[in-house]
Amino acid sequence: MSKEKTSFVYVTYIRSTPEKVFEAIMKPEIARRYWGHENVSDWKPGSTWEHVRTNEQRTVHVVGKVVEVAPPTRLVITWASASQAADPSSYSRVSFDVAAYEDMVRLTVTHDELEAGSGMAKSIQQGWPIVLSSLKSLLETGQGIDVFAKPKAA
Amino acid sequence: MDADKVFKALGDPTRRMLLDLLCEKNGQTLGQLCENLDMARQSATQHLGILEAANLVSTVWRGREKLHFINPVPLHEVYERWVRKFERQRLSLLHDLKKELEGE
Repeated sequence: MSKEKTSFVYVTYIRSTPEKVFEAIMKPEIARRYWGHENVSDWKPGSTWEHVRTNEQRTVHVVGKVVEVAPPTRLVITWASASQAADPSSYSRVSFDVAAYEDMVRLTVTHDELEAGSGMAKSIQQGWPIVLSSLKSLLETGQGIDVFAKPKAA
Repeated sequence: MDADKVFKALGDPTRRMLLDLLCEKNGQTLGQLCENLDMARQSATQHLGILEAANLVSTVWRGREKLHFINPVPLHEVYERWVRKFERQRLSLLHDLKKELEGE
């Protein structure tokens, strides 16, 4: 019996070009500036990719496969916590869709095939809005935001 | 993308209720959302249109069904712009007060 799945759709409008948005996702030297992580892969369909924290430890947090690469409009990858990489049922799917929208770019991130109520579902719900705000901020102002910022204790 | 639209969209209890319903269960159809609201489909459609224009709700067609997803990205931008900024100010006030009281 398969577990209940859930999905999320995140949309942001960025004053930039589709090419720059794609670069920001796929190129480690840009991703580290707004994500605190780098996405490392040769970006060929079927290849693996790793989501690596930009620090001395270079911890791999997320792993997966490249499913579809069609820059600058679409990228699809699978997504699992590195600690659950051996479990096929732990893999969810992330699609990045980029479309020109007036003088902006509409970036849609669809995260689906997620196990409902799982730790991963909870952490991506917190993570994507921050990462996408930070990406928007970097491309529009040259500065990302601190994605690891925590609420201040009262 | 447009803060006016976000604040206007949030300034209505029905629309906040719709966001709560989507937060509980993401990806609902208009029919599913109406079941939880004492409201005609037509006015729910209008409210969802305002939420969508503010980019607080995104929609995806699956076959003949239109699914609604909550999109918290603009809320995060509002938080960065309108909450964090004042938190910083408040914290620095507290810091000044502490310095004053402790006579540093």
